[in-house]
Amino acid sequence: MADLSINIAGLQLKNPVMTASGTFGYGLEFQDFVPLDGIGAIIVKGTTLAPRQGNPYPRMAETAQGMLNCVGLQNKGVDYFCRNIYPSLKDIPANFIVNVSGNSPEDYAECAARINELEGIPAIELNISCPNVKHGGMAFGTTTDGAASVVRAVRKAYDKTLIVKLSPNVTSITDIALAVQDAGADAVSLINTLMGMAIDAERRRRVLSIGTGGLSGPAVKPVALRMVWQVAHAVQIPVIGLGGIMTATDAIEFLLAGASAVEIGTANFIDPTTTIRVAQGINDYLERHGFQHVTDIIGLCE
Amino acid sequence: MQAGQFAQLRVDGSDKTFLRRPISIHYVDTAHNEVWFLVQTVGAGTQALARLHEGDVLNAVLPLGRGFTLPTEKTHRPLLVGGGVGVAPLLFLGKQMHETGCEPTFLLGARSQADLLQMERFEALGRVYVTTEDGSRGEKGFVTQHSLLQEERFDSIHVCGPKPMMIAVARYAKAQDIPCEVSLENMMACGLGACLCCVEDTQEGHVCVCTEGPVLNINRLKWQI
Repeated sequence: MADLSINIAGLQLKNPVMTASGTFGYGLEFQDFVPLDGIGAIIVKGTTLAPRQGNPYPRMAETAQGMLNCVGLQNKGVDYFCRNIYPSLKDIPANFIVNVSGNSPEDYAECAARINELEGIPAIELNISCPNVKHGGMAFGTTTDGAASVVRAVRKAYDKTLIVKLSPNVTSITDIALAVQDAGADAVSLINTLMGMAIDAERRRRVLSIGTGGLSGPAVKPVALRMVWQVAHAVQIPVIGLGGIMTATDAIEFLLAGASAVEIGTANFIDPTTTIRVAQGINDYLERHGFQHVTDIIGLCE
Repeated sequence: MQAGQFAQLRVDGSDKTFLRRPISIHYVDTAHNEVWFLVQTVGAGTQALARLHEGDVLNAVLPLGRGFTLPTEKTHRPLLVGGGVGVAPLLFLGKQMHETGCEPTFLLGARSQADLLQMERFEALGRVYVTTEDGSRGEKGFVTQHSLLQEERFDSIHVCGPKPMMIAVARYAKAQDIPCEVSLENMMACGLGACLCCVEDTQEGHVCVCTEGPVLNINRLKWQI
C-alpha cells in the first residue's frame, strides 16, 4: 500500500480524492454506496448566508460526454446547515468542507464566520465561480479585483484552511489565481463549470430554464488539465484539480499536471462509488510504478 | 420494493449517452428473482437498453425514490390511471394492492390498440377500462372522458403518464375531492438527491423528484388544477 496521504495548507487528508461541491449532497446521500471515511474530503453543497430557491426547472441537459446544469445554488442557508445538517455530520470520521457562496464580500465573510465556529470542519471552499446566478458567484471570480476583494474579506473572518474555487470562464485564470493567492487564499481549486448552452431543435428553444448552464463531465477534462497545469506553474499555494475526472487515470493526470489533490464531480452521478474506485486506482498506479508516496508524482509533468 | 419506485439504469459502453436513465419498476417477480422494466424507445438511452439481450449485464441502481401509497382497508377502491408507457409502474402497484386484499381498477389510455401493453397481466389483477385516441379499442378519446368516471366513485386515484394527462386526471380528482397522487418524470442526473436537477416546484419549494417522489400527492404540487 502506497502512502496516499497529503497535506494541503494544513489540511491533512488520508488520500487526495475529494468530492466536488453540488455533486455529492452532504455525503449522507452516498452512504449506501461508499464508506465516507474512505474519501479524502467531502465538499458539501454550496451554502449561502440566506436560503436560496435556485433556478426553475429544467436545470439539466445531457451533452456529448457531459452535462449542463443551472441549479443556481439552491440551499437552505448557513443557519439551517449549522442547526440541521452539521449535527449529523460531526460524528462521521470524515473531513467535511463547506462550499460557500455569496452576493457580496460581506455575505461571504459572514457565512464563513458562521462556519469558522463549527468544530470538525477544517476548511471552506469559496465559490467565486458559479455561472448560474445573476449576482455574486462568477461576477467575483472573473476579475482579479473582484476575486481579491472576496478573499480579503473572508480571510479576516476565517482562520482555517481557505480554498478558493476558480472559474474557467476568464481570459487568464493564472491572473485570478495569483490575485487570490496574494489576498490570502491557502489553496485554489479549479475548474468550476464552463458556461454553455443547449438548444432543442424540434421545439426551437433553449433547453435550460435560464438559457445557459455550466458544462461538466469528461468533455471539459482537457480544458481543466491545461488550466491546472498553468496555475500550478504560476502560484506557490497548493492546487486542487477537477473537471471531468471519471477514472483513476484521469485523477493521476491532474496530479502529474501539478494538482495536490483532485475533486470528483459529475462522475458521482454515473457511478456513486467513483471516489473510492479512484483512490484505490491511484494506489495501484503508485505501486505499479514504484512510487511510495502520492506526493512523489505531483507536478511530474514539466 | 415499492410500486412507483424507480431504477437508474446505465448500459455500460453506450457511447451515445452519458447519464443513467431513470426507469420505473414495472413489476417484481419475487418467485423468479426478476425485476421488469417496460421501456419505450424514445432516445439514445432507451435504444441502448432495447438492444440488450438475455445474459447481458445491466448496471442498475435501485430501488430509488418513494412510491405510491398502498391502501390500508380491504374495502378501499383505488383507481389506477395510466397513459402510454406510463402504465409501467401500475402493474406492480396493482399487484401490491391486490396483495393487500383490495381490488384495483385500471383505466388505461393509449393512442391506439397497438400501444396497449401487458393487458392480460392487468386483467389478472382487476377490472380494466381502456380509452384509445383512435377508438380502436375501448372508448374513443382520453382517459378523463371515460364513462367509468361518471358511473363510479373511487376512494383514491394513482396516476402515471404524460403530464397533460396527469394534469387532467388531477383536475378531475380535485373537483371530486378524491385523494390523488401522480408519478413525475422530471429529467434527472444522479437519482440520489445530490444534483438538485430534477426539482419540482411544490408548496414547500423546490423538492427533488428522485428522493421526495417520483410519486407526489397533487396537493403538494403547484399545478394549475
